[in-house]
Amino acid sequence: MSLADRGRLAAGAARARVPAMARPDLLTVTDRGIFCPAGGFHIDPWRPVARALVTHGHADHARPGMGAYLAAEGAAPVIRHRLGVPVQTLRFGEPVTIGGVTVRFHPAGNVPGSAQDQGERAGGVWVVSGDYKTEADRLSEPFEPVRCHTFVTECTFGLPVFRWRPEAEAMAAVDAWWAENRAEGRVSVLGAYALGKAQRLLAGIDAGAGPILTHGAVETVNAVLRAQGLRLPPTIRVTPGLDVRAYPGALVLATPSALGSAWMRRFGRASTAFASGWMALRGIRRRRAADRGFVISDHADWEGLNAAVRATGAARVIATHGYTASFRRWLEEQGYEAGAIETEFAGESLEAPEPETEAETEAETEAETEAEAEAAETGTAGAGAAETGAAE
Amino acid sequence: MKRFAALFAALDGTTRTSAKVAALADYFREAPEADRLWTVALLSGRRPKRSVSATRLAGWAAERAGLPEWLFADAYAVAGDLAETIALILPEPARPAERSLAEWIAEVRALAALPEEEKKPRILAAWEALGGTERFLFNKLLTGGFRMGVSQTLMTRALAQATGIPEPELAHRLMGDWSPERTSWASLVLADDPAADLSRPYPFCLAYQIEGDPAALGPPADWFAEWKWDGIRGQLILRGGAHHLWSRGEELITDRFPELAGARDLLPPGTVIDGEVLAFAGGRPLPFAQLQRRIGRKSVPRSVLAEAPVVLMAYDLLEAGGADIRQRPFAERRARLAALLAALPPEAPLRLSPEAVFDDWAALARLRERSRAAGAEGLMLKRRAAPYLAGRRKGDWWKWKVDPFSIDAVMVYAQAGHGRRANLYTDFTFAVWDGDDLVPFTRAYSGLTDAEFARITAWVRKNTLERFGPVRRVRPEHVFEIGFEGIQRSSRHRSGVALRFPRMLRWREDKPAAEASTLADLRALLDLYG
Ligand SMILES: [Zn+2]
Repeated sequence: MSLADRGRLAAGAARARVPAMARPDLLTVTDRGIFCPAGGFHIDPWRPVARALVTHGHADHARPGMGAYLAAEGAAPVIRHRLGVPVQTLRFGEPVTIGGVTVRFHPAGNVPGSAQDQGERAGGVWVVSGDYKTEADRLSEPFEPVRCHTFVTECTFGLPVFRWRPEAEAMAAVDAWWAENRAEGRVSVLGAYALGKAQRLLAGIDAGAGPILTHGAVETVNAVLRAQGLRLPPTIRVTPGLDVRAYPGALVLATPSALGSAWMRRFGRASTAFASGWMALRGIRRRRAADRGFVISDHADWEGLNAAVRATGAARVIATHGYTASFRRWLEEQGYEAGAIETEFAGESLEAPEPETEAETEAETEAETEAEAEAAETGTAGAGAAETGAAE
Repeated sequence: MKRFAALFAALDGTTRTSAKVAALADYFREAPEADRLWTVALLSGRRPKRSVSATRLAGWAAERAGLPEWLFADAYAVAGDLAETIALILPEPARPAERSLAEWIAEVRALAALPEEEKKPRILAAWEALGGTERFLFNKLLTGGFRMGVSQTLMTRALAQATGIPEPELAHRLMGDWSPERTSWASLVLADDPAADLSRPYPFCLAYQIEGDPAALGPPADWFAEWKWDGIRGQLILRGGAHHLWSRGEELITDRFPELAGARDLLPPGTVIDGEVLAFAGGRPLPFAQLQRRIGRKSVPRSVLAEAPVVLMAYDLLEAGGADIRQRPFAERRARLAALLAALPPEAPLRLSPEAVFDDWAALARLRERSRAAGAEGLMLKRRAAPYLAGRRKGDWWKWKVDPFSIDAVMVYAQAGHGRRANLYTDFTFAVWDGDDLVPFTRAYSGLTDAEFARITAWVRKNTLERFGPVRRVRPEHVFEIGFEGIQRSSRHRSGVALRFPRMLRWREDKPAAEASTLADLRALLDLYG
């Protein structure tokens, strides 16, 4: 988190808490997800519903099969591309009334266009955070704290062992690793989620230092984001015909699951790394068996979560998606009226599926032969399973 | 400590052996001598002992970080490492200070002698002085669990690169009873006088398990075979009128086996014998369980001495007449060993390990089948022309163990692992059928691939029936083939048996739980081999 952000959040915390509204409340949970009965819509539902508000395009938030989709303008193109569905949009801050509820989206800082969804009715305000990150990066619209009575907060990294270093420091570490490999004539392969993390790295590192190649799944998202007006440095898509030797010392941005697969072979004696918040833990870092682990997360760290909760001024805080049991108890001890929602398919957060849709990742793994394709798939399956612990 | 932390980060930050060795060699060239010496000590298992209890440490850290103890415990369960959890939750160091590795180790050792209330302020002060990796390393030293993921062999290789001294020579110099406080870089590493220390052992020669057909080893006549005894590998040193017994883990175990003192009167000084310590009576080895009674206690009661007397089953002669003869061919060393022991009275605490004579590989395979009956766990094969090499190498020595015992068992409890396996369910309890009951009989935590552990972890989370702290009782559904090296009676286990080296051989996904083995199957093995 930048100092400015900390200041802003601290200022929010200084104000009095907003008391919780009377219940039955504006939000409930059904077997399909978080539901707003007054508005008749779900937020990031995990099963088909008539009307869905979708905070952002990660696969555990944007799922197929909904009757209607509403998302922030900047998040919609990726959702349309991934799900092949029409998506209605709102600009950040723009109000729309659904049922008797006034809905607004506010930047969450997770990926471009990612939103915190706010609902307001008869003076009662709730906010569902979606995934969020409190420190600004050079890609996504920076997180904005929103005053509310009830705050539903993710807590992917809701334990005090997760504390991030400042953005600039993390990016400098990637730059240094790439430079070291370039000096030794090695390719640097960096595993990062195809939506958000990969582009944040592109925007944050010293991209002019050398050629940057991309895995197909990453480049597909790059294309969607460029088309909506985001500026990214030039990248070269890795295709079966591409002569990688023509790009000595290149940085390759790959999906995490591609790292253990046959797709990697073309790069020879490459240095490998992952960029993920889970890399803060040495055990997970070692399990991934990459040369490096960069602690770079698109989620808030422990302090970020706590600062964000304080800044909302909410009296009622519901933990979801992550270390819900621990975070809820912590909030309770801090004097909040705390609750927890166990999102389906997540359970313990370490089990959460990768935000990339597996299908997309595999389709984009362009294996050269049938056998290689099979090997890649097995490799992907193995790595995918092993990394349930490292999914973000 | 900064330089040491940089070394640690470099070792931790690569999976390539050559890069690890290069980083270590650089360190051995650049770091202050006292730090180098301590690094050699740490990497050869000479760690300072735990100087404060884990519970105290956790409590102080939680208090300092302003966190409730339950939250610390939750965080610890996820990180899987106490030293790391503490390093991560504490605030940034308020008073950063640079002290050398040797100075911090001196602090850790000094703490061990202090009463608890004096430890706390000093540890808090250290946490205020150290940040990041340095704080983590300090905690690792405090908790006595320091490991760097570099084997002694790699360390020795790096040291050879840094000093220009040949690897086997260094391996020998680093053996035995030394500590950084009582020696110096010059006398331990650089001095060309390994015999200065009369108790110093030679590096053990170790074998790999043979893979495939032993016939690939060439003409049987080139090879010597003997039983692979199931005891404690040891090196008996007779020099200057004293005797020393070393275990393979470089632990001095002389006092645990007083029987071997008799060797001083029977063999000339300047003799070093490689062999196996065995509990032995009536002309044959006793089960390992008997020897176990002698391990882990400093002094041995008379009754145990009488019931489980030991001998050294001699394999090899490394030093004769005060001369290092490791470069002589095995056949010659063995002949000299035989001559040396031939004159011994039958009650002597040393025996010559008998040769397993064979003419062709098929005959040897038949001998191997009889290993268990002979009280052995398989065969050892040694090339007759080979010198005695240092460490584990392929080529001249092979072990050809019998297949392990195996039993198909149902997984009934699961627990998450630590360190690299944090967040993965890797420690399982297994049961066999006794009528309609499942009787737990062993735990096992190795033998599956990472992908299999990940898969079973996902299953455990969805199929937990009950939780007892970190342990989960799971639906009795999955069958695993459990391999083990031995079985003995045990009154401490409900099943009445205890296994030796249990591990998972494979996940029997083809087998329903109902078809797993029974308690009767286990008891049959116990009757035959217990
Ligand atoms: Zn997300």
